[in-house]
Amino acid sequence: MTTSILELSEQVRKLRKHSAWYKNPIYGRLAVIEALVLVLSILTNETQGSPRDYTLLFKDSWFCVRGVQFLVGGLIIWVLAEIWRARGLTKIAAQAAQPVRNLRGNPVLTNPWTKRAVLLLVTVIAVLLPLMGMFTLPYFQSVLAGQVGVYVLAALGLNVVVGWAGLLDLGYIAFFAIGAYTTAILSGKLPVGDDGNPELHPPIHLNLFFAFPAAVVLTMIAGLILGAPTLRLRGDYLAIVTLGFHEIVLNVANNDPKGLTNGSLGATGISTFRFNLFGVHYDWRTNDSKPYWYLAIGIIILVVFAFRRLEHSKVGRSWTAIREDEVAAAASGVPTVKYKLMAFAIGASTSGFAGVLATAKITAITPQNFPLTLSIFVLAYVIFGGMGSLTGVIVGASLMTFLPAFLQGPPSWFNDGRPVVDPKDVPMWIGAVLLVMMIFRPQGLIPSKRRAQELSQAEHGVGEADAMTGVAEGVGGQ
Amino acid sequence: MYITQHFWELLFQGIRLGSLYALIAIGYTMVYGVLQLINFAHSEVFMSGALGGVFMLTALVGNKGKVPSGFAAFEYTALALVAGAAVGALVAYSLERVAYRPLRIRHAPKLVYLITAIGASIFLYNVAGKLFGRNNLQVPESFHSGKVFVLPGSGAAGPRTVKSLDLLIILAAVAMMIALDLVINRTKLGAGIRAVAQDTETAQLMGVDVNKVISRTFLIGGLLGGIGGVLYGMFHAVTYTMGFVPGIKAFTAAVLGGIGNVRGAMLGGLLLGIVESFGQAQFHLQWVDVVAFVVLVGVLLIRPTGILGERTGRTA
Repeated sequence: MTTSILELSEQVRKLRKHSAWYKNPIYGRLAVIEALVLVLSILTNETQGSPRDYTLLFKDSWFCVRGVQFLVGGLIIWVLAEIWRARGLTKIAAQAAQPVRNLRGNPVLTNPWTKRAVLLLVTVIAVLLPLMGMFTLPYFQSVLAGQVGVYVLAALGLNVVVGWAGLLDLGYIAFFAIGAYTTAILSGKLPVGDDGNPELHPPIHLNLFFAFPAAVVLTMIAGLILGAPTLRLRGDYLAIVTLGFHEIVLNVANNDPKGLTNGSLGATGISTFRFNLFGVHYDWRTNDSKPYWYLAIGIIILVVFAFRRLEHSKVGRSWTAIREDEVAAAASGVPTVKYKLMAFAIGASTSGFAGVLATAKITAITPQNFPLTLSIFVLAYVIFGGMGSLTGVIVGASLMTFLPAFLQGPPSWFNDGRPVVDPKDVPMWIGAVLLVMMIFRPQGLIPSKRRAQELSQAEHGVGEADAMTGVAEGVGGQ
Repeated sequence: MYITQHFWELLFQGIRLGSLYALIAIGYTMVYGVLQLINFAHSEVFMSGALGGVFMLTALVGNKGKVPSGFAAFEYTALALVAGAAVGALVAYSLERVAYRPLRIRHAPKLVYLITAIGASIFLYNVAGKLFGRNNLQVPESFHSGKVFVLPGSGAAGPRTVKSLDLLIILAAVAMMIALDLVINRTKLGAGIRAVAQDTETAQLMGVDVNKVISRTFLIGGLLGGIGGVLYGMFHAVTYTMGFVPGIKAFTAAVLGGIGNVRGAMLGGLLLGIVESFGQAQFHLQWVDVVAFVVLVGVLLIRPTGILGERTGRTA
């Protein structure tokens, strides 16, 4: 009897200890919020650190009025959030969010004509965009034509490789570079030869529209050369080999084999698109970006149309089969190597196509235009938008290419005419956006139906997402 | 021929570089072993380790240009290494807690981890750039790096002398690798890591605390990466983008040796360092990356899972 009373008192003491005031989870949330706020106070500080005084930024954002302001702000957010929780509004919000999920079964939304109408609407908006608001500024028009259009096209191609066939390609921009250099060579600016004057050496001086077929063929061959020996490697090995391929292409361009690429100087003064057909003459001049934007829209529409047909064809279904389970696909008679090579070649040629478009816009290229990080970024656009979904990829790539340009934009109509953030800090914000997005919405902005289903199944522990993107091991914590 | 004349010198240089690659590659390979994740942010762990070392040295030695000697030199070097290891481990641990654990709870697919890692990497190095400036940081010398012995060889520049800094790098790297190998193969934690790498669910059923093991794997990887960063900073520049290139190289080394395999990472790192050193001598500096990647592709074509094969559990 006595022992049991002793045990009871021991338990009571344990319970008391457990319920110490600071162990209440609301203080844990306070700590998290205050930590986030302290990080934010550094991130949003306009002061830049200096190598002479490592503590400068900490002093300038924590141990001064600014730090107190941020801490108090965090406290207020915490109080509001706790009141919100206590009133159970989160539950109501969750219920309010519920019907949105069921919209998938809505007959209006599943009607193919709705989808077509949305695509048409997006196209109309894209066409009218240079006439609206801040997009009338030449800076933003240039961003639209030179960044958004080009990388949407590139991301669409990578979506075929990664999103549909499930092959992890980290060297995608290598094909982009091959397309760009093809353009420079065909327009007569490369190779420069020994005396540095390209005009004397290459006899080729073609209309730039011929660069498209040439780049497509060349990059397709490059894709096959890279793919044929390496496609038997699994996901991560393929990733490092493609990354190496990018590095090799960049090195070759930088080291200038026989004057072909002009080393680190690259090519300048590449001609722009023009045609003179049946008496109609048109020239894409460099001082106006709008025609390039319309050209990009036209190409993207063609590519989207072709890819949509491809997605639901035998080829697209074979890719899905390979992505989900390569062994089972091979056992069911799908020629896996053939279709993987096909995905690689299609992706590569789209990238080359985008390379031609970009080169004609910027008219000067150096190897520095194609860094390794760009390959990684294009992959990030695809995943950010929603792998496997054409709409998602288009939206993701547009947002992610537009955001940095917007953040470091020219004197605009708000923020007192200053750039929104210091241009040096832009990559930091891009990284933060990627990180937060992936933690809170891993399926991407607009996931494909199939992907969303796979993901939610994986989340509930039914089956795995698929072969390459198989659920990373490690069982859920806490 | 240049290579035969300078054989010992190039070999030594390769081992010095390779042992650093090996230290970083271990972090990649261990995380890959337990999570099947290419932790792109590991290069930032390496960078922050170097920063930790620089801050410690600046605090201890200062920028006065006076090089400490005797016991002080030894003490300061050790403290810098400890600081680097601590910062590296801290960054790796918080990365796991903040970025990867939420994904693990939601059973996110691997590509999402990859993009998260890339996002974290971009974020971290740019924050470091903002905090401490975007120029090269000055690394105060913690000891006078004098001649220890001379390598045989003849050339225009004369025989190469081996300095104490070179020896420190190699000895520290080798000591860390031996210690790690003992931890992996002889301790309970090591058994846990191997078990999680082989089969997470079964390991959990056998009573392994999977979360703890994964956290500690990140800690160990960060520790080694941080030390690697300090050592790298002692003879290269320390700046916020310093992690990228060694990170890619170390990842290559990990794949070369068989990713997920700790001994493979050590072997792959050393091999890559030596290949780069000789390749650089034979084909000029600018082709060194091409040589490294061609060797990688060649090895993968013959052995698709790296030299020593995959997985911590099966082979180490």
